[in-house]
Amino acid sequence: MNAPAPTTLARFQDAFARALLDPDAVPGADVAALAAQPAFAVYRNTVMKGCIDALQANFPAVARIVGEEWFRAAAAIYVRAEPPSEPTLLRFGATFPAFLGRFEPAADLAYLPAVARLDRFWTEAHAAPDGDVLDPASVAGMVPGALARTVLQPHPSARWAWFPDAPIRTIWSRNRSDAPWNGELGWQAEGVLITRPGGAVESCGIDAAGSAFLDACAAGATLDVAAGAALETRCDAGLAQVISTLLGAGAFSRMKSIGDSPEKEPS
Amino acid sequence: MTTVLTAGLSLKPQHYDAALACPAAGLWFEVHPENYMVDGGPRLAWLEAIRARHAVSLHGVALSLAADAEPDPAHLARLAALARRVEPALVSEHLAWSTWRGAYHPDLLPFPRTNESLARIADNVSRAQDVLQRRIAVENPSHYLHIDGHSWDEVAFLKELARRTGCGLLLDVNNVYVGSRNLGYSAEACLDSYPGEAVMEIHIAGHTPDPNLGDALLVDSHDAPVAPAVWALYERLIARIGARPTLIERDDNLPDFATLLCERERADSILRTPLARAA
Repeated sequence: MNAPAPTTLARFQDAFARALLDPDAVPGADVAALAAQPAFAVYRNTVMKGCIDALQANFPAVARIVGEEWFRAAAAIYVRAEPPSEPTLLRFGATFPAFLGRFEPAADLAYLPAVARLDRFWTEAHAAPDGDVLDPASVAGMVPGALARTVLQPHPSARWAWFPDAPIRTIWSRNRSDAPWNGELGWQAEGVLITRPGGAVESCGIDAAGSAFLDACAAGATLDVAAGAALETRCDAGLAQVISTLLGAGAFSRMKSIGDSPEKEPS
Repeated sequence: MTTVLTAGLSLKPQHYDAALACPAAGLWFEVHPENYMVDGGPRLAWLEAIRARHAVSLHGVALSLAADAEPDPAHLARLAALARRVEPALVSEHLAWSTWRGAYHPDLLPFPRTNESLARIADNVSRAQDVLQRRIAVENPSHYLHIDGHSWDEVAFLKELARRTGCGLLLDVNNVYVGSRNLGYSAEACLDSYPGEAVMEIHIAGHTPDPNLGDALLVDSHDAPVAPAVWALYERLIARIGARPTLIERDDNLPDFATLLCERERADSILRTPLARAA
């Protein structure tokens, strides 16, 4: 069975949408007379400006590193290739870090996609569901025997990453504000944890052990398994210190016991 | 008791603190719901804090009522959830399209006003009102293009849409003015033909000449104070139809909150004139 023929309105909208995003395309008959009017540029400009403004707002550290002119030129190419798929433009740009990774003019800035990823993490944390933040004291009192049946759930706003090759956290956080760049940049591995403990988004440094511990918790591992994953990274910091940093930053929302036959606590 | 809305302001993040603290009687705030369609976090917390002190209006830009497709069910569900959360005094949308075949074009795009588009838009408005379980107000957008395919005048089209769906109208006086200058019709005649009883809300805003074409093309930019010609049209309208909730719409090139309050006070004083009360 053939699909019904498109309506006049649908044909109009197909042709109009094409003419909006691609000024070089020959407009279809339905909108040729419209695209030829100078005022058509108002729609083209508004649509393009709306998308680029949103991307610039969502990736402020990237924009500061490359400069506004470069950013907006790159954003225009991205928007034409991957226009927004939904109207909440706060979420626009999920694929922008990957785009930058294969964007030839950005090839010299190898760290740029990672910085974009942290900008994206910030937005995700900002808009994530609300949830309680686990009180560090509730873990401090835990007896050793409970580790094998306890799971820490990362807070819905928690985002983290470990960057073994570059000081991405320092580069990113210095470019999130307009503050002048003071001091030297030590080229070293860095990790970052982004959370929303008191309503506002915050970030702190973590090491490879912290990142591995969070990865394991997010995968549903019990505390003893997560601790093992952290120890495998052979970081200098002790496990207690790693967990304390994560808890203090509000990385977890709750603690869950698994299994319904709790072991007897040693008396 | 229903709150009587007087003149309101667009709510922008830069003004949250001042807006929250402002004691002006009857003041209300309008937001684009799309900016608050998040799962949680500070944006929603701020909106709820504002809502606890002031009436709020949800002014959507993305239902895409004039697209030849049903409104995106996921988007409509998010709008309904937000409306349940903030219990807005008004919900409005545009006689325009923006989402089409999965891509969102952040603008209010035009279309030929035909019997075919009227039937589609009436379906879409009815669907939105069913899901939202409330009457919405539909706004006249700004016009820039001469479209040959119109078989309906815009006001007649809106009147018929309101008759078929029971929706109300959001009359944007600045958009009428911008369109009248760009397309060459009488703004006064256009405003005089609006069915006053259907008008639930009024917008007034600033516009700017196009950077390339100058006064030959006015752009509905929302980045300037309301123009004298628009104030004059607004006073004429209020004298005819009476007081209506009126928004000073400002989205860009924001002045400080006190400056916006002065503009808002001017609209409020027009709404309080004896002529407005008598109409």
